[in-house]
Amino acid sequence: MLSAVVIGVALALPAGGYALLESLRGLATRASLDPQVSIFLKSDLKRAEAQALERPLRADRRLSKVRFVPREEALKELNAVQGLADVTAALGQNPLPDAYVVTVRSGEIDLLVADLGKLPGVAHVQADTAWARRLAAVTAIGRLALWLLTFLLGLGLVAVTFNTIRLQILTQREEIEVSKLIGATDSFIRRPFYYLGLLQGMAGGVLASAIVWLALALLNREVRILAESFGSAFRISSLPLEDAVAVVVLAGLLGWLGAHLSVSKHLREIG
Amino acid sequence: MVSFSAVAKRYPGGQEALKDVSFALESGELAFLTGRSGAGKSTLLKLIPAIERPTSGSVIVNGQNVASLKRAAIPYLRRNIGLVFQDQKLLYDRSVYENVMLPLAFSAHAPREAARRARAALDKVGLAGRENANPIQLSGGEQQRVAIARAVVNRPALLIADEPTANLDAESAARVLDIFVAFRQVGVTVLIATHDLALVERYAGRILKLDAGRVV
Repeated sequence: MLSAVVIGVALALPAGGYALLESLRGLATRASLDPQVSIFLKSDLKRAEAQALERPLRADRRLSKVRFVPREEALKELNAVQGLADVTAALGQNPLPDAYVVTVRSGEIDLLVADLGKLPGVAHVQADTAWARRLAAVTAIGRLALWLLTFLLGLGLVAVTFNTIRLQILTQREEIEVSKLIGATDSFIRRPFYYLGLLQGMAGGVLASAIVWLALALLNREVRILAESFGSAFRISSLPLEDAVAVVVLAGLLGWLGAHLSVSKHLREIG
Repeated sequence: MVSFSAVAKRYPGGQEALKDVSFALESGELAFLTGRSGAGKSTLLKLIPAIERPTSGSVIVNGQNVASLKRAAIPYLRRNIGLVFQDQKLLYDRSVYENVMLPLAFSAHAPREAARRARAALDKVGLAGRENANPIQLSGGEQQRVAIARAVVNRPALLIADEPTANLDAESAARVLDIFVAFRQVGVTVLIATHDLALVERYAGRILKLDAGRVV
């Protein structure tokens, strides 16, 4: 039973990490589904010159939406953010440039950003996807680390089961010996150990899922407060049921494998 | 039923337990295997249920050559052979009844039929009523009778015992042998290894004397 707890705790680590990463990845893909690019114009540009840019932008087939944001509107938006109204008031004059916000339909973002930067009067082009891309890169690294962790802990699970079954075989050594002598088949003797390994693994998997579920529920209470302060409804999604089932099944299979290795090695030594 | 021809058994250390053993047991025969300690009695008995394999020669049991039997077929061979060991090899973590039930767990029997057989076997060895006792609570002779009950519960055609009376007093030993002889009367082939010649002479059984790895 203690072994099932060990397995549960060990598996909770990659399973929890997986749930966290999935949440982050969800955030990244949601953001990059329609990547937006902000085009900031030179601040000394005349309004007419600024508005003249709308035509070439609308003609660009890579863009789906083009919205002109005059500097007054940008300031108003900025003022709407709590606490910033005082700051902008202290500045006296509007420091913001006119800008376009465009939505990218398709194509290579880097190339697009470069092209947009060449338009006359453009001071700076910023793709909002940069952070999403970085997040994606971080999650990719996290994912790889998670796979390594899963592999190592899976190996640990097999080893734990191997040892549990070894001890169980030792305790039942006499019974196994006698059973073999009076006509028990190998499969009859092996079967209970396979069941034990399978059940222990699955119990560990169930425990791991429960740990992840509980831990994320606790974390989410704090995450909610943090996210709300950013005006975001972001939550760490808990381990979905099908993934929890996958954890239990995988743990069961690894337990079975550990039992198989142990039984094959140790039963041969008896009789 | 059992037939040995030119059987030799050499252990890995080079020790030669059996040199050239040939004999045949008819179905329903009672035979005593005698000889000094170390004459190879135990080795010979172990060849029959394939606990050991002969180095050369053939061991035919029930028409099957045990020497070349596949590993997977051994359990089925053993189910038709009742084995009784000098140390009874009972399981002390369970009751007498559960010990006798053990062989029935492997072969498919309806639970009621299995229970009936186990009780019948215990009755035959005179231990009806002791089902719930732990073997440790029984005397040596009684434990040996539990072992016999376990050996016959599957109704084997062949019963093999290795020094079943070695650790028993004369009275218990005679009682145990009486039980073996009774099985012979219902058609079971019985082969008993013993060095107690005085006891053997009281029964009308064939005597196979093993000396220096040969049956003489």
